[in-house]
Amino acid sequence: MGGFAAYRLVAAMWIRSTLAYRASFLMMLTGNFLVTAFDFVVIALMFSQVRSLGGYSFAEVAFLYGTSTTAFGFANAVMGSIDKLGARVRDGTLDTLLVRPAPVLAQVAADRFGMQRLGRLLQGVLVLAGSLVALDLHWTVLKVLLVPVMLLSGSAIFAAVFVAGAAFQFRAQDAAEVQNAFTYGGQTLLQYPPTVFAKDMVWSATFVLPLAFVNWLPALYVLGRPYPLDLPGWLALTPPLVAAGCLALSGLAWRAGIRSYRSTGS
Amino acid sequence: MRLYGVVAAGGFRRYTTYRVATAAGVFTNTVFGVIVAYTYIALWNERPHLGGYDQSQALTYVWISQAMLMTVSLFGGGFADEFVERIRTGDIAIDLYRPADLQLWWLSADLGRALFHFLGRGIVPLAFGALVFDLALPANPLTWLAFLVAVLFGVVVSFALRFLVALSAFWLLDGAGVTSLVSIAGMFFSGMLLPLTAFPGLLGEVARVLPWSSLLQIPADVLMGRHQGWGLLGAYGFQLGWATVLLGAGRLLQSAAVRRVVVQGG
Repeated sequence: MGGFAAYRLVAAMWIRSTLAYRASFLMMLTGNFLVTAFDFVVIALMFSQVRSLGGYSFAEVAFLYGTSTTAFGFANAVMGSIDKLGARVRDGTLDTLLVRPAPVLAQVAADRFGMQRLGRLLQGVLVLAGSLVALDLHWTVLKVLLVPVMLLSGSAIFAAVFVAGAAFQFRAQDAAEVQNAFTYGGQTLLQYPPTVFAKDMVWSATFVLPLAFVNWLPALYVLGRPYPLDLPGWLALTPPLVAAGCLALSGLAWRAGIRSYRSTGS
Repeated sequence: MRLYGVVAAGGFRRYTTYRVATAAGVFTNTVFGVIVAYTYIALWNERPHLGGYDQSQALTYVWISQAMLMTVSLFGGGFADEFVERIRTGDIAIDLYRPADLQLWWLSADLGRALFHFLGRGIVPLAFGALVFDLALPANPLTWLAFLVAVLFGVVVSFALRFLVALSAFWLLDGAGVTSLVSIAGMFFSGMLLPLTAFPGLLGEVARVLPWSSLLQIPADVLMGRHQGWGLLGAYGFQLGWATVLLGAGRLLQSAAVRRVVVQGG
């Protein structure tokens, strides 16, 4: 069975299962929507006290927030379950997935698939749409095209981070939370303008873990803002390449991880 | 009384087995602390003395909140996940025929857990913050002692809230939805995302009288010496008032729940 087919099958099963407790599902969907909505409410509260943050207006920060949350929301909806891999290694249930004739990655990613995760994605899209209305920009064809490209490559970069984090859990099974620093932490970082952070943090987010390609670099081009590190402007157009590179690397890490896997036998 | 001491010690010891997970959590708390600290620097640069804090007090607040996150279970969880699971599976029946009070039993276990998280996940991030940023930590050991008392009361209020929410599983069977909704409200109204003193107008006034302000805002303000003398007693009184009301409500709801208990499965 192919990866996509396996994913669809497992995800569909979990969707039916979450719908069994309908009241709880609705609350979880609302909850997922609200948890990110509160993130944005906090930014709105900040702007009720100030006119700019790191030199950026509310609409500009909302644009950063919308692009970061949409990209992350999509990656999280599709791949989010993968962060439970360490638990599966520990309790031995990974073995049942290994003997099935379908790619393990697809099975783990689709496991416990919850439609409530779409709440975050929806919230990101709404804020992004709002910011596009509020922003007063000089749009060019390139900028218009760059927005969907940024969202897709951004999702792919976050997905690669999820896979790499899972690969790491083959070795450090209990260290699942480290992943949150890069996934949820990365999303939080990208919600704010890079001018807010120390130079070496921006440098690391550009060259070490290239989260800056999720939205900072392309978004600053769209907003017509200079990037705080003196980098050539064409880098704003490279997110798809960076995403492809990240996916390739995380795929290799995943293979190395699964090859090193030894069942606990329990 | 001895029994509950043993249960608390068990709650503590149980978490000491998760050493790698604790280190991973410390790492993640620290990364988030750094990100949030920079956003607060940007915010307080624009608006010095926002919420009555100067910049180093605002930064202190950030690192206290990272240190307190797990101690007062701002994301929910702790005993609650297990408690809800026991209601769902019917294991709760075993708890009910134990010669111990249900609420006190779980409170003791949760106090043990809180102590572990305070030591394991609280101290290191706070120390890191103090090394890297300019914090306004008190020199007077009595202020630290007063802080510890406020933390203890905060944990009790947090427990009382989570206990109430977890009991809803008796009616809903799957408590995940309510649990996530309430933990989101808790994150917002505890001041985890922004100090409650920096909330504007009526929202701020409402947020400061809700029970969640006992969890983080009050302990943080006690540590920064903003409640002293009679003010300190007032702050404690506020926390204990909410603890009494919520524990009492939990007791009422518990007896109603026990009367209608139908054990699932078997």
